[in-house]
Amino acid sequence: MNPPHIQATILIIIIPLMSSYAIPLLGWRWKRSAYFIALTAIGASLVCSLILLSTVLTQGTIHYHLGGWLPPWGIEYVIDPLNGFMGVVVCTISFLVTLSSKKSVEKELPEKKVRFYTIYLLLFTGLMGIVVTGDVFNLYVFLEIASLSAYALIAIGEDGAPLASFNYIIMGTIGACFYLLGVGYLYIVTGSLNMADLAKLLPPLYDSKVVLIALAFFLIGTAIKMGLFPLHVWLPDAYTYAPSAVSSFIAPLMTKVMAYILIRILFTVFKPSYVIEVVPVASILSWIAAVAIIAGSILALAQRDLKRMLAYSSVSQIGYIVLGIGLANKMGLIGAYLHILNHAFMKGCLFSVAGALMYRTGRRNIFQLHTIHRKMPFTMGALVIGALSMIGIPPTAGFFSKWYLILGSIEAQNWVFVAVILASSLLNALYFFRVIENVYFEVSQGGLKEEPAGDPVREVPLSMLAPIILLAAGILLLGLYNERIISGILVLALPRGF
Amino acid sequence: MIDSMMSKYNYWMYIILMMIGFYAMIGKKNLIKKLIGMNIFQTAIILYYISIGVKKGGTVPVLMEGLPRAADYVNPLPHVLMLTAIVVSVSTTGVALAVILLIYRRYKTLEEDEILKSIR
Amino acid sequence: MDIVYSIRPLLAILVSLGAAALILASGRRPNLREAWTLLAAVAKFLIVLSMAPSILNGQVLEYTVLPLSPGISLQLRVDPFGLYFGLLASGLWIATSFYSIGYMRGLNEHAQTRYYFCFAVALSSTIGVAFAANLLTLFLFYELLTISTYPLVAHKETPEALAAGRKYLTYLLTSAVFILFSIAYTYQLAGSLDFVAGGFLKGQGSPETLRLLFVAFILGFGTKAALMPIHEWLPTAMIAPTPVSALLHAVAVVKAGVFSCLRVIDYVFGPSLLSDLDLWLVLGYFVSITIIGASLLALAQDNLKRRLAFSTISQLSYIVLGAALITPSALMGSVLHMAFHGFMKITLFFCAGAIFVKTGKENISQMNGIGRRMPLTMAAFAVGAFGMAGIPPVCGFLSKWYLCLGSMEAREAVFVLILLTSSLLNVAYFFPVVYNAFFKKEAGGAPPVREEVSWWMLAPILICALMSLILGLNPDAFIHFHQIAGMVAASIRGF
Repeated sequence: MNPPHIQATILIIIIPLMSSYAIPLLGWRWKRSAYFIALTAIGASLVCSLILLSTVLTQGTIHYHLGGWLPPWGIEYVIDPLNGFMGVVVCTISFLVTLSSKKSVEKELPEKKVRFYTIYLLLFTGLMGIVVTGDVFNLYVFLEIASLSAYALIAIGEDGAPLASFNYIIMGTIGACFYLLGVGYLYIVTGSLNMADLAKLLPPLYDSKVVLIALAFFLIGTAIKMGLFPLHVWLPDAYTYAPSAVSSFIAPLMTKVMAYILIRILFTVFKPSYVIEVVPVASILSWIAAVAIIAGSILALAQRDLKRMLAYSSVSQIGYIVLGIGLANKMGLIGAYLHILNHAFMKGCLFSVAGALMYRTGRRNIFQLHTIHRKMPFTMGALVIGALSMIGIPPTAGFFSKWYLILGSIEAQNWVFVAVILASSLLNALYFFRVIENVYFEVSQGGLKEEPAGDPVREVPLSMLAPIILLAAGILLLGLYNERIISGILVLALPRGF
Repeated sequence: MIDSMMSKYNYWMYIILMMIGFYAMIGKKNLIKKLIGMNIFQTAIILYYISIGVKKGGTVPVLMEGLPRAADYVNPLPHVLMLTAIVVSVSTTGVALAVILLIYRRYKTLEEDEILKSIR
Repeated sequence: MDIVYSIRPLLAILVSLGAAALILASGRRPNLREAWTLLAAVAKFLIVLSMAPSILNGQVLEYTVLPLSPGISLQLRVDPFGLYFGLLASGLWIATSFYSIGYMRGLNEHAQTRYYFCFAVALSSTIGVAFAANLLTLFLFYELLTISTYPLVAHKETPEALAAGRKYLTYLLTSAVFILFSIAYTYQLAGSLDFVAGGFLKGQGSPETLRLLFVAFILGFGTKAALMPIHEWLPTAMIAPTPVSALLHAVAVVKAGVFSCLRVIDYVFGPSLLSDLDLWLVLGYFVSITIIGASLLALAQDNLKRRLAFSTISQLSYIVLGAALITPSALMGSVLHMAFHGFMKITLFFCAGAIFVKTGKENISQMNGIGRRMPLTMAAFAVGAFGMAGIPPVCGFLSKWYLCLGSMEAREAVFVLILLTSSLLNVAYFFPVVYNAFFKKEAGGAPPVREEVSWWMLAPILICALMSLILGLNPDAFIHFHQIAGMVAASIRGF
């Protein structure tokens, strides 16, 4: 019998999974319980993830064998510093976003609450499963659980949500199927599905075409799922039309978990030396990422809808993470890992603010937000902190991930990347300050000035405000304490040889 | 060259199937056709996996009297994996059909360009 | 060098951050809110002043707040140069706070809470820049300064003010990008970002690399220092309320720019490296263009604040010129001019604001005969103008003297010529203002009534004008500026 802190590995999946079955059962009778069960389940997972991270940091990698079957025949869950870190990130953001979801779900989807939280918890389970598993096929299963739940959740929004969801279904399934093909190719040549085992069996086969094709399929599959330019087409519509609680959940998390899959494939299953020297995948990725950074920022400039602008901004930010991965030196990878954490907090904060605006005013158009800071001071203060972080003003968190990425690019003597990162900071400043101007100053540019019918516009209720403030505070604290995070966790999460 | 094509005819079949499905997903404008394309695409991958496990002279992977060696049976692992993948495919189709229902109720059409026109 | 660990640098920064929070919270009670500002200003000045005795004795106060990046910490160090800038900024904030109260209430301005909040944060950032021990800490506070002064520039919220704010941000954020690149590259070359008197970059890279790095640094920091051709944001920012123009754009923001330039010249690169690279003469000529060009442009301005802005641009380049000449006297003149120009310019801006509050006039052509109405104000203006032209006994003469001395030490007499020409131009654009004010009759012909602004505004005007005079006669009066400047010049090795 494993000690409790090892059991946390499986509990982190079981608790939300079982709770998602409990919600429709209990919710049939007590509708209000749906939210509380969801919140408790995610809170329990958060506790488990913290236990796991501290165990990993003190005792080393955790191996959990499902059903007692030894790898490589059984499915294994492996927690190393990278997973542990990702787990804490996913659980924290999920918890905070779920906390703020109560009021917005009640307002936007009143009669679908129970079913909403059921699928919501399944989405969370899927994401956590991707994070903890050590088996490539198991990862596919959880990937599809998460994706299917996401498709369903996005489809229940306003306007063009069903069509956006359908497009996401088509593209996301292509991505997942490519991933599955990659797994298939690797299975043909090695006969194993376990990540650690593959890492041992693959090196002699590195000059085989099958392995190369497998890598290519993995890359395209995860690129589609991550929204890496130019395979990002599903992302803006899906993030914009989804209900507020859904976009606040998916935007910070899903693409980061997909980036985590990329890191696992490139550096754990395949050795770093393969990815950097034998097949220069890393440098190809970094150039695509550089284009993504600029393209995402330019597309964001053209948007009037706040959520759509944030969605294109996410496309750009995924570029940063992939750039860090592609630079494949120590500073670049640290920048990528740190940006996973920072971006989750930043987008969580910004999308929650967008959700708060939707809740109180029903408006998403930037140019209709005249001087709303008088009515919602704290929310807009959080918007400013989030915006400053996206632009990269110290001491917010966003500055530090850019700092490490720039250091990594200089180390790689690649001046184009340095220019790209710096130019994108300026582009970010352009479209974020446009929002800040409209929020704080009376910019007379046409657009409605009347109050929306219904509740007078005032600050959002505490269940929405507290997570927003916590996320904004988190952005500041993560910036100031980034060195502790790096030296305590991230340096251990680097692949061997960095 | 013809030799390698002929001996690996199964892979060529799956590629053709996959491309048909892929074309349907991207090139067709009707949502149901796209969905069917997706199904064809996934089915191609499933068939591909199963064909991996085939062995010359192997039999159905159910344990039988008198055949103790693993080499006599077809590899069951891809079959098991594909059972999961079939479930995933069916669920995806289910979700997609539900979304199509939603679209139809809202826009009264299933052609993508007409829907985009009514959203704008 | 004697290092003492003390939390006082951090306290100096935090005191106005705390006050900023209190200001936000007391928005409904204006008197309480103004009290927080005044208390914070006095407290900050006293904390900074308390560190002066140790620095004058040759010690250096240090405090490490927390690590920011592997190998680099958020570290504060009070050396003579930092103390000098800190004293200047915090001392003048007290004067500006009193002036602000009179100005904002006199015009019944809107959004006063936001104004005082941003002012407090801006001053925190300025002191942070002054006490930064390494380039990353400096950059952190430098950016906070940009962000906190943006709402002040756009304060009026008219389309012109918002456009001015956008231009402000465009210039300053673009320069931030250059600075960030320079800092990252310096870290890559040298492995450290700590300031060392005399520079630490010698031998860390090829001459071409170091030259490029220097250009990037100067373009970056030079934007806040309003070097031409990246100076345009400053005249545009004059649309801000006058206390903002006075303190921030004559003392805090622009002086942070020149302070950082000087830090780069003397504490990152160092005089010997600059002379090896032959960069000092190039920089000298480059800023000389600003000195003369801005003075010429000032002649053409009718709006008084814009004329003062161009004058500031010109005078700031004096400071950079002094540093570029890499001789002890030139550096001394540079550092002295930071404070002396601050006092004189703030007096001039305060007067401009007083005229606006009392009469609503902004253009010089409308200001005939105003000396009869507001004799004390215009007398202070005259003192400031004399000083800018370099006429003794106002302090401007002393710093110009050291600068000329430094040019001779550097064996480049052309700079003496440039300084003298600029003084003549200063006379050309300031004296008409004073002459018209006192000796021309007011349009309309009505006999003028003597009516000054309230004491909230008048007292700071008179005190700053008086200080300019006193500092000209005894440069060590009260705050030992001269002595500290001497210590700064003496601490740089490698001349």
